[in-house]
Amino acid sequence: MQTLDLDRIDVRTANQQLHDGAGGDNEYEILNPMGRHAIAVGLDGPFEVAVRGHAGYYCGSMNKQANVTIEGNAGVGVAENIMSGRVHVKGYASQSAAATGHGGLVVIDGDASARCGISMKGVDIVVGGSVGHMSAFMAQFGHLVVCGDAGADLGDSIYEAKLFVRGSVESLGADCIEKEMKPEHLETLRGLLEQAGIDADPKEFRRYGSARQLYNFKIGNIGYY
Amino acid sequence: MDERKVRESATFPPHVIAEIQRAASEGMYYIRGSGAKRAVPTFDDLVFLGASISRYPLEGYREKCDTNVTIGTRFAKKPIELKIPITIAGMSFGALGAHAKQALGQAATAMGTSTTTGDGGMTPEERESSQTLVYQYLPSRYGMEPDQLRKADAIEVVAGQGAKPGGGGMLLGMKITRRVAEMRTLPQGIDQRSACRHPDWTGPDDLEIKIHELREITDWEKPIYVKVGATRTKYDTMLAVKAGADAIVVDGMQGGTAATQTCFIEDVGIPTLPAVRQAVDALKELGMHRKVQLIVSGGIRTGSDVAKALALGADAVSIGMASLMALNCNAPIYEEDYEALGTRPGACHHCHTGKCPVGITTQDPELEKRLDPDLAAQRLRNYLATLTLECQTLARACGKSHVHNLEPEDMVALTMEAAAMARVPLAGTDWIPGWT
Repeated sequence: MQTLDLDRIDVRTANQQLHDGAGGDNEYEILNPMGRHAIAVGLDGPFEVAVRGHAGYYCGSMNKQANVTIEGNAGVGVAENIMSGRVHVKGYASQSAAATGHGGLVVIDGDASARCGISMKGVDIVVGGSVGHMSAFMAQFGHLVVCGDAGADLGDSIYEAKLFVRGSVESLGADCIEKEMKPEHLETLRGLLEQAGIDADPKEFRRYGSARQLYNFKIGNIGYY
Repeated sequence: MDERKVRESATFPPHVIAEIQRAASEGMYYIRGSGAKRAVPTFDDLVFLGASISRYPLEGYREKCDTNVTIGTRFAKKPIELKIPITIAGMSFGALGAHAKQALGQAATAMGTSTTTGDGGMTPEERESSQTLVYQYLPSRYGMEPDQLRKADAIEVVAGQGAKPGGGGMLLGMKITRRVAEMRTLPQGIDQRSACRHPDWTGPDDLEIKIHELREITDWEKPIYVKVGATRTKYDTMLAVKAGADAIVVDGMQGGTAATQTCFIEDVGIPTLPAVRQAVDALKELGMHRKVQLIVSGGIRTGSDVAKALALGADAVSIGMASLMALNCNAPIYEEDYEALGTRPGACHHCHTGKCPVGITTQDPELEKRLDPDLAAQRLRNYLATLTLECQTLARACGKSHVHNLEPEDMVALTMEAAAMARVPLAGTDWIPGWT
């Protein structure tokens, strides 16, 4: 394992070393992140990166294949636009976690703040705690699993993403409805919880998704515009 | 009937009555393509003071007048070098068909300038046909992939556009074909809405961190532009500079769109003319003029427009609508198809329908056949060459050996409005309304 100590080198040097190192020994630990931004971003390969502390904005964003673990809390946009691989936040996540993610798995052990999974495009997100308001706003594809509660306007203007919430939902956003939990959904949910290492019974969750009533402009939907 | 007694209302002319009756029938705002149709103060309201005795001109065609521009000199390891100060504005595959995108790329490459992606990401054909390609990073992030960021020559963070500052994009269902839907991860045939603001940053402090992230992902190689629709242009320019942009793109209200509400197109934003001056003021106030490059767009049509924008302090201009017109947008061909859309050549704004009579703003393969990409590229190349020659001609007439040497003092205004907005004197006077 190679060590990148951000008390001794700057984020630029660390990221360059990671980018240059694709294909070599891909196991790294990043010490003293101290809330710095854009740590371990744009990785393109099977990296194993442990961030030992709290990270700032966009940690682990736009990665492919990499497995990034943040041993603390994460700032805005953790795992933003992740393409594949995994980002695991051991603590809490700020706003817009996994925003626009295309693929891969993002696990947040604690709570995630507002707009978790905003504009998600295929990523799977499992939150051990609760999520804030406007989570899964304009969510296009992928799964958001919330083991706690969801804030107001969950899934507003949602497309084809699937949402699973175990606790309460303060309110659903425009065009988001509760849907029947079918056996295939329970199976999907079981698999996601297992991948995330969270022990929860899929039968305790409820499923939400798009009513598909806002997909085309219609005079009858004027109240939503 | 005595025609002298028939008077139309200035408040309710026929097109206003028609819109009231359309709204009464449909109960929905009107969505259309193209740019503002209303008259606004433009570069037409400025004229150059050609050299005579007090200044001497350069000999046309013999004495050199350079047109090159470098963008991204502030932070990027690999700034882009353009041979002409006229770039092709961001337009998406989806809004445009593949032939049109290919033609834009080929023509820009032939002229040594850049073209730009749009919502939905970068197509392989677009990358292949464009030697210098600017990648738009938009609020929707449709099709946004880090590999595409790395393949791009520059990145343009779009905070707004002139046709709809404060609004998100639209692409109506008839243009969401299977390929477009797959690129954007959306169901086929839906009326696609794009978010009006970015999902993971708000405000200038966040933008600074976002730009830092994009630089880290691309190893600080690419110039990063920030594009804004012209509204509070001075503040927006200052904030974009503070956030670390290499270049600012200011898009005036005449800028076009593939589809948005008419009330946005006509009633939001300020014209390009005052926007240039405000942006240049901001850059000068920060000591960043010519260090952070300024690209101006929105209603640029002629080499004279290019020269006037540069004279006010822009480093380059960007053209969208005019480049499509060079491809044949609104040309008097296939007139029966214009008629079927309820319009005619010269007035068509039906980009939103996907039924473009000349095969540019469409995903219909049959309509697209009407646009031969090679011939279209040749037309656009000719047009870009004409703009460049016109701009050089005017610069030489003002005695300038580089088009960037044009300056506000080379111009006067023909109207008080233009004098006040561009801050050049009213012709024949020393008067700049509001300033002298």
